[in-house]
Amino acid sequence: MNTTRRSFIKIAAASSALAAAGSIFPGISFAEWKKQEGASGKINWHKAPCRFCGTGCGVLVGMSGDRAVAVKGDPNCSVNKGLCCVKGFHSVQALYGKDRIKKAQIRRNGKMVEVPISEALDVIAAKMKETIKKHGKDSVAMYGSGQWTIPDGYVASKLFKGCLGTNNVEANARLCMASAVTGFMTSFGIDEPMGCYEDIEEADVMITWGNNMAEMHPVLFSRMLASRKRKNNVTIIDFATRTTRTSQAADKSILFKPNTDLAVANAICYEIIRNDWVNWDFVNKHTSFHKGKTNIGYGTEDHFKFKDKPEDISFEEYKTFLEDYTPEKVERISGVSARDIKYMASLYGDPAKKVTSFWCMGMNQHVRGTWINNLVYNIHLLTGKISTPGNSPFSLTGQPSACGTVREVGTLTHKLPHGVVMKEKDRKMAAEIWDVPLSNIDPKPTYHTVEMFRALDRGDIRFMWIQVTNPMITMPKLKRYRDGCLKEGRFIVVSDVYPTPTTDVADVILPASMWVEQEGLYGNSERRTQHFDRIVPGPGDTMSDTWQIIEVARRLGFEKQFPWGEDEYIGKIWEEYRRFHDNPKHNMAPYKVLKERSGVQWPFVNGKETRWRFNSKYDPACKKGTDFDFYGKKDGKAWIWARPYEPAAESPDQEYNFWLNTGRVIEHWHTGSMTRRIPVLHNAMPESYVEMNPDDAADMGVANGEKVKIISRRGEITMKASINGRGVPPRGMVFVPFFDESYKINEVTLDAFCPISKQPDYKKCAVRLEKA
Amino acid sequence: MPILSYLVLPEAGAKEQLCTDLSTMEGCEIIPSDNEEVVVLVTDTPDEKTEETLQKSLKNLPSLQSLSMTFGHSAE
Ligand code: SF4
Repeated sequence: MNTTRRSFIKIAAASSALAAAGSIFPGISFAEWKKQEGASGKINWHKAPCRFCGTGCGVLVGMSGDRAVAVKGDPNCSVNKGLCCVKGFHSVQALYGKDRIKKAQIRRNGKMVEVPISEALDVIAAKMKETIKKHGKDSVAMYGSGQWTIPDGYVASKLFKGCLGTNNVEANARLCMASAVTGFMTSFGIDEPMGCYEDIEEADVMITWGNNMAEMHPVLFSRMLASRKRKNNVTIIDFATRTTRTSQAADKSILFKPNTDLAVANAICYEIIRNDWVNWDFVNKHTSFHKGKTNIGYGTEDHFKFKDKPEDISFEEYKTFLEDYTPEKVERISGVSARDIKYMASLYGDPAKKVTSFWCMGMNQHVRGTWINNLVYNIHLLTGKISTPGNSPFSLTGQPSACGTVREVGTLTHKLPHGVVMKEKDRKMAAEIWDVPLSNIDPKPTYHTVEMFRALDRGDIRFMWIQVTNPMITMPKLKRYRDGCLKEGRFIVVSDVYPTPTTDVADVILPASMWVEQEGLYGNSERRTQHFDRIVPGPGDTMSDTWQIIEVARRLGFEKQFPWGEDEYIGKIWEEYRRFHDNPKHNMAPYKVLKERSGVQWPFVNGKETRWRFNSKYDPACKKGTDFDFYGKKDGKAWIWARPYEPAAESPDQEYNFWLNTGRVIEHWHTGSMTRRIPVLHNAMPESYVEMNPDDAADMGVANGEKVKIISRRGEITMKASINGRGVPPRGMVFVPFFDESYKINEVTLDAFCPISKQPDYKKCAVRLEKA
Repeated sequence: MPILSYLVLPEAGAKEQLCTDLSTMEGCEIIPSDNEEVVVLVTDTPDEKTEETLQKSLKNLPSLQSLSMTFGHSAE
């Protein structure tokens, strides 16, 4: 290895240690390093957003020739101010795994054979035509991702919804963010957080609701710890169903029984009203009260349908509703002491304290995900702690562009880049911008993700193109959906960068460009759009997902709608897409501005980013002369919802007596298809495990590292026990991370979902355990 | 040709000693923190065997309390 490359790797090695130090010792400084780094001067650094979570850290990718050799945090990016976590620091190594998919493959006589990519694209276009001819337009589907770039999602939506006329477009963000969206829509009538990450430094109290930020949003968590250290009067509360690294670092850890966060949130509101901590001026001017249907089901059956029916209620009716949620009653349901409930209420209720709530998968992957989002908003609305610096109900995203691509571009069955397919006005706008006949856009949504895979299993869908995601690991009740893909007469196209259990079921595999091998844009959790250039040449025949779709669209006869050249298409697509959001509530920055900066927040109005929405001091879309304007709803108000506690779809019983909870670990990104190919991350966390409570393990005679069989009504899996590891579940619960394809925990999970958002609940089902 | 990095914590009050000890060892480069009792260590050795020997000597340093690896690269 040459000396230059060696010194680059040493810089990467040092960067990694510095990052680790930064997350353990907030505020740590290494003056010596800065000197060395400045002196090195041998690497060319290029800005990009990290692709390994929704935090959206800005990174600088260090290039030696045309090889990416190092990563450091971008000091100009306000998200991370030069910090990175262990995944970000090692991210470039994911580009160079030995088994990278470099050539297109087609299944012939049961075997995958390499073919030129143009031939594979021909086959895909021909198969789509044939399927539509035989089975109708709704027999073809696209399943994408919150890791799609914005242009990827945009062209997918344009091709399927605008040109082919089917609403069969979904993305894996349905599995992670759908409840956040319906939470925003039902409470505020407009999607995405009102606040920004600066809330972290402004807040006096931060409460994490079922959100292990120390592992899942590590850079934001470092900012929280740094703020606590600097200000000395900051309190961090971890409210969760198991003890994690977040609980250990918090000032107080409060555990609740699965699904009972609904009851606790209501009890907090009960206490706020009982103690008259209500901000009456705010509530009277800016909120209205509502209720919806109850006993709303769980969606475990095919063709499940649900439509909520909102009704206005008075404050008095809301207050009466809350009488079922006194702290004492809720203690019995939730296992949280009345004292702790009152303590949390007192933090929210104290007018002198600024409070930010954070959540992510715990509240979203929840059979009442929409409701629990509503209920946490209720707390902030009753106290008026919203849309001001430090006062923020903050729904975090998991994926780098779940917001940018799926939520903003609208790559879900019912959505369009602006608005929904059901509204003629929105269809008209799309038809005009896309240059397609209005009649092309179907006013009826088709299938949400779980139902889309059910339709594939039933045979209603015959062709599915899967990009940048790995559903053969992530679908709940996995066996049914894998069997569905393998049925006779199904045709599956998978675009990916490495072989996965999803490429295993493919009929065609397309070699995709990864991250900075293409130009693209992501959108993070705080409404920040982040552009990146093509920095690294991709290997072999790899092609961006956007360009793959364009190539197929042209083969299907839509040259007019996809006219761009290969050297300009990202900029052109961005400027076309931007027309959908040309209003002060959602204006996006021009391409030129995005290229220059480390991310720009929308609404971007008159050259200025909007930090806090709905607050007229910061948000130019607010009506003149108002302090706050919740302009998403027709009544100009934020909605407070009476939503009851209802239990999970499946709870432990005599036969299946444990809760199963699933999730992630800091070292690995989602299904591990990229991070498990980064040696240092793989070595740090080589295989999955089942976390057990030490007392449960002792009762079963299971020692740390011994094998345990986890059995549900759907399937079973055997893996090693982790006792008193980095996370400890309470008695009666086990936790399994899903990053390891050798242990497919979703064989065991249940495909129940929130009837409003249709997002599955990966945090709660019933299992029994056997010592293996 | 392994390159590794570590976070090294010194024994109480022994950060300076630790820095001296590490700087004199073949294949070791250090970046001490200027406000915490932590030292970043990057090791660069010609082969696995030398790496193992170095790791053993590191573990025997009296000024060193703990060593945690943050990066590992074994060059082709
Ligand atoms: S916190 Fe997320 S975005 Fe930031 S470096 Fe880590 S993985 Fe990347």
